[in-house]
Amino acid sequence: MSVTPPSVVSARKLGLTFQTGDGPVHALSNVDLEVRKGDFVSFIGPSGCGKTTFLRVIADLEKNTDGEITVNGMTPEEARKSRSYGYVFQAPALYPWRTIEKNVALPLEIMGHSAAERAKRIERTLDLVNLSGFGKKYPWQLSGGMQQRASIARALAFDADLLLMDEPFGALDEIVRDHLNAQLLKLWARTEKTICFVTHSIPEAVYLSTRIVVMSPRPGRVTDVIESTLPKERPLEIRETPEFLEIAHRVREGLRAGHSYEE
Amino acid sequence: MRRLKRNWQPLLASTLTAISAAWLPLTLPGAPVPIQGMTIALLLLAAALNVILTLEDRGHAVRAGVLFIGAHISAGMLLSGLDGNEGQMSASFFLMIAASWLLAWGTVSELAQIEPRSSAARSFLRLLIPAIFGVWILIIWEAITRGAGIPFILLPPPSAIGARIAGSVATLWADVQQTIFKAVLFGYVVGCASGFAVAILADRFAFLRRGLIPIGNMVSALPIIGVAPIMVMWFGFDWQSKAAVVIIMTFFPMLVNTVAGLATAGSMERDLMRSYASDYWQTLIKLRLPAAMPFIFNALKINSTLALIGAIVAEFFGTPIVGMGFRISTEIGRMNVDMVWAEIAVAALIGSVFYGVVALVERATTFWHPSNRGG
Repeated sequence: MSVTPPSVVSARKLGLTFQTGDGPVHALSNVDLEVRKGDFVSFIGPSGCGKTTFLRVIADLEKNTDGEITVNGMTPEEARKSRSYGYVFQAPALYPWRTIEKNVALPLEIMGHSAAERAKRIERTLDLVNLSGFGKKYPWQLSGGMQQRASIARALAFDADLLLMDEPFGALDEIVRDHLNAQLLKLWARTEKTICFVTHSIPEAVYLSTRIVVMSPRPGRVTDVIESTLPKERPLEIRETPEFLEIAHRVREGLRAGHSYEE
Repeated sequence: MRRLKRNWQPLLASTLTAISAAWLPLTLPGAPVPIQGMTIALLLLAAALNVILTLEDRGHAVRAGVLFIGAHISAGMLLSGLDGNEGQMSASFFLMIAASWLLAWGTVSELAQIEPRSSAARSFLRLLIPAIFGVWILIIWEAITRGAGIPFILLPPPSAIGARIAGSVATLWADVQQTIFKAVLFGYVVGCASGFAVAILADRFAFLRRGLIPIGNMVSALPIIGVAPIMVMWFGFDWQSKAAVVIIMTFFPMLVNTVAGLATAGSMERDLMRSYASDYWQTLIKLRLPAAMPFIFNALKINSTLALIGAIVAEFFGTPIVGMGFRISTEIGRMNVDMVWAEIAVAALIGSVFYGVVALVERATTFWHPSNRGG
């Protein structure tokens, strides 16, 4: 581990201010962050802390108003135009008029892959998220957890190295969520992607991440960055170990330091 | 109480029959063909009492069957008694019509409670129930217009309208060809297509959206009665001027609905397209148009009826001597109201078929929409 992996996302004094009717809202202020290749970085904090906004700035769905940010060494806009990330939203956002495999094929069609290439990639990515055999179903015929897995398959289909996930399991019940967390870790190990993961669940953040970025609101800023000491191989039972609880405790302390429990 | 609730139609029907039986015959004194009517009264009573007393606990289908037979045989006998007795029927006749109608009502309410398992039976019931409803509108119409001797000019009986349709197939067909196959279809296709095309342009170019939509609003408020004669001046007497009216009428609903439909795709779905660096046309074709389909079909359905109205009304303002609107306006002047009603019936039939075809295509195209998913 003497060589530092290359930087994927690099933010310097990043800020974003929305101009609203009630005056400016500082969604992000002075964010410094380095995400390296192969990292699994979680962003945690109460609502309004700017964690989703930060993800959207990386994805060029919002523009920063201060500071600098590079994604794969490019501006976010260049990175988006060169299709360097896959984005998973809070809801599956599958198109109901397309079957699951057609939904997975959507980015491939837009990016101009051939039909044979599309079929190959659909099969591979549906297999990655354990949805083989469901390709011909329509999204509304599947459960919420399966729909969200299909949306992850769609984000993986075009082989971007960076996966941006915005509370992807927030709307699912805890049993399904545990299951999907374990699957996501396996998928991360198999594909060696860099993942930025927004969540408001402390156990989820600790279980998944190599690094946990704790954020606090008004203005949205980073209050702590915690390096996980957990091994890469993580069975679900790891959540009962003292080491896990210690990290969870630090995250909770970080959230408290950000005064996010005040109201 | 439950029994009363279940049997109130046959109960009331038997009461009405008993009252009318006391006042027989069915015809007024001096009617050309006097009719006693005891048989019909007995038939009605038999059906009604049978259902109330012996079939009390039998299934809906059995009860519906008995009620159906009782209602329709007696109605048939009552209507056949009208021949030669127009305007000469007594109160007893109308009470018995009411009694058979109550039995038919009972039939429908029994049928409506059947929950068939096979889908063929379900679709048969879905057709049967409205068919009984429709037939009874015609029966009551026939009984009142002929039984009470309502002047032909005011409201001809359905049998006369039916006879007129059967006797004027050639004329009606020529009118349909002129009005529907030329003016309506051409106007509908061109109006809807141009509304759609302009909606896409307005979506692409903000100045069109801001400038054209308010003006389009004004155009849509133009009274068709005022526009039709102008179109006749511009495009001549033949079908082209009617098609122009149809285009004006159908253009705007399509424009507004398509513009609204293009705005329905959710922000998350659009962000998704943006994250793929999808260009305008890709996003339009793969996301926004499919999402707009329910709106576009809404416009197609509205326009299917508007087009028919537009073409018929436009023909009132000058036309060659053929066309549905022409026929209506000239035949009413010659007091041939049965021909007017025949045209109305044909127009209603074609309008329903037109609407039905669009609705079928809609179900096949927007099967994914929550309103079409069930079943």
